[in-house]
Amino acid sequence: MSASERHGETPAAGRPRSATTRAQTHLWVAQRVTAMVLAIAVVVHLVMIVMAVRGGLSAAEIIARTRGNEAWLAFYVVFALAAGVHGAIGLRNIAAEAVGLRGRGADLAWVAAGLVTAGFGIRAAIGLYA
Amino acid sequence: MDLRARSHPTYLAFVVHRVSGLLLALFLPVHFWVLGTAIQGEARLDGFLRWTDNPMAKAAETLLVVLLAAHLAGGLRVLALEFLGWRARQKDMVAASAGIALLVGLVFLLNVV
Amino acid sequence: MAEVASLKVSVWRGGEQGHFARFDVPARENQTVLDVVTHIQRELDPSLAYRFACRVGMCGSCAMTVNGRARWTCRTHVRKVVDADGALELRPLANLPVIRDLAADLAPFFDKWSRAHGTFQPKDARDGAVPDDFAVVPPASKQRREADAGIECIGCAVCYASCDVVAWNGDYLGPAALNRAWTLVNDVRDGGRGERLDAVAGDAGCHSCHSTQSCTERCPKNLDPSAAIAGLKRVLFWDTLLGRR
Repeated sequence: MSASERHGETPAAGRPRSATTRAQTHLWVAQRVTAMVLAIAVVVHLVMIVMAVRGGLSAAEIIARTRGNEAWLAFYVVFALAAGVHGAIGLRNIAAEAVGLRGRGADLAWVAAGLVTAGFGIRAAIGLYA
Repeated sequence: MDLRARSHPTYLAFVVHRVSGLLLALFLPVHFWVLGTAIQGEARLDGFLRWTDNPMAKAAETLLVVLLAAHLAGGLRVLALEFLGWRARQKDMVAASAGIALLVGLVFLLNVV
Repeated sequence: MAEVASLKVSVWRGGEQGHFARFDVPARENQTVLDVVTHIQRELDPSLAYRFACRVGMCGSCAMTVNGRARWTCRTHVRKVVDADGALELRPLANLPVIRDLAADLAPFFDKWSRAHGTFQPKDARDGAVPDDFAVVPPASKQRREADAGIECIGCAVCYASCDVVAWNGDYLGPAALNRAWTLVNDVRDGGRGERLDAVAGDAGCHSCHSTQSCTERCPKNLDPSAAIAGLKRVLFWDTLLGRR
């Protein structure tokens, strides 16, 4: 029994170890690239939150800022994509370490979940724009 | 879990980062979905926003803002460690991250009430 | 601490399954944790299994879990780790199989050094031939300083026993092996860089590290494996992004 079998990490059949580690490295790179995007986006988001709640939240105030504004649309689309992917990869790592959920199938499912989440966010961003 | 070996500041920073990240990642799809549904019109969005005026929602919002700020500040520390090799004064950087998170929460509270 | 006449020592007995045995050991003004263990084995219970060799912090064989934290016992003074009631709790190192009592099996730890390509691969003389000349490595160069920062590792496995990622993922190479890989990645005379970076990438390698810095916190030699792992991540990040691997 190999060390990887003993610890429940079964390399996908027929996939060489280097392909597996390369895919894992790509997930990590995606995690850090999205982190860098989010580092800026979250600062903007927090500033907008604090400004928006001054004197009470109002739909008119929010929509006046975003309707027909391509810059805000682009910002929120990029923000949603980065947040969805970043969150999903984070959950993947927690699931792997806490309950041993590992493997290529799980990784692909997490990325899909992240993209679906991002899709919800993009839908909201389009709602604010249109 | 032996806490005697897990009480140094960078370990606590990891726990805060993980817990805040987990909660934010679970909140994110809900946030997006509810917002996307509410934004079907100004009146509907306003109706949703009025619902969030209750104190429980405000408390939850404040918690989320603090979690987001904590994850941001802690994440910047990790990025600085990994990409800039800032290994010195890690304890001070952890303290600064915590300070930023609480400060952002305070600013939010002062503006929301 | 000097006031207590005797130390109340709880010592792990058995293998993975076992129990604590209680011993009373006379407290001394100057006394290391290894002195306490040696006293128990020589005076109280000769069947106690533990390991040591040099007694001066060079060989890395005497590490144990002392009051919940991994430490080198030969250079840990009792008064530094014992509170007013003189209680001392000794266990074998965590994250490793237990041979018996205080002796942990370090084989998985050293296996991972080789999996991380922890051996020097001479660039000039792969076939074992003697190179024509000495390699000139300026000690002040950035790469040499990075290598020097991690070179004093004694292989005591304190970092490995302190690392939660090792506990969560049995395949994870651990701080010492990754620290070793980073010193070799920075060794300009080494020719195995590409394969080594492949070996330390992914979930079993540097990318699982969460920078809790327990390794750095506990390293008795004051090395910074956490920073070494960050260095590996940095190199792999740019290599991946720029399509160099």
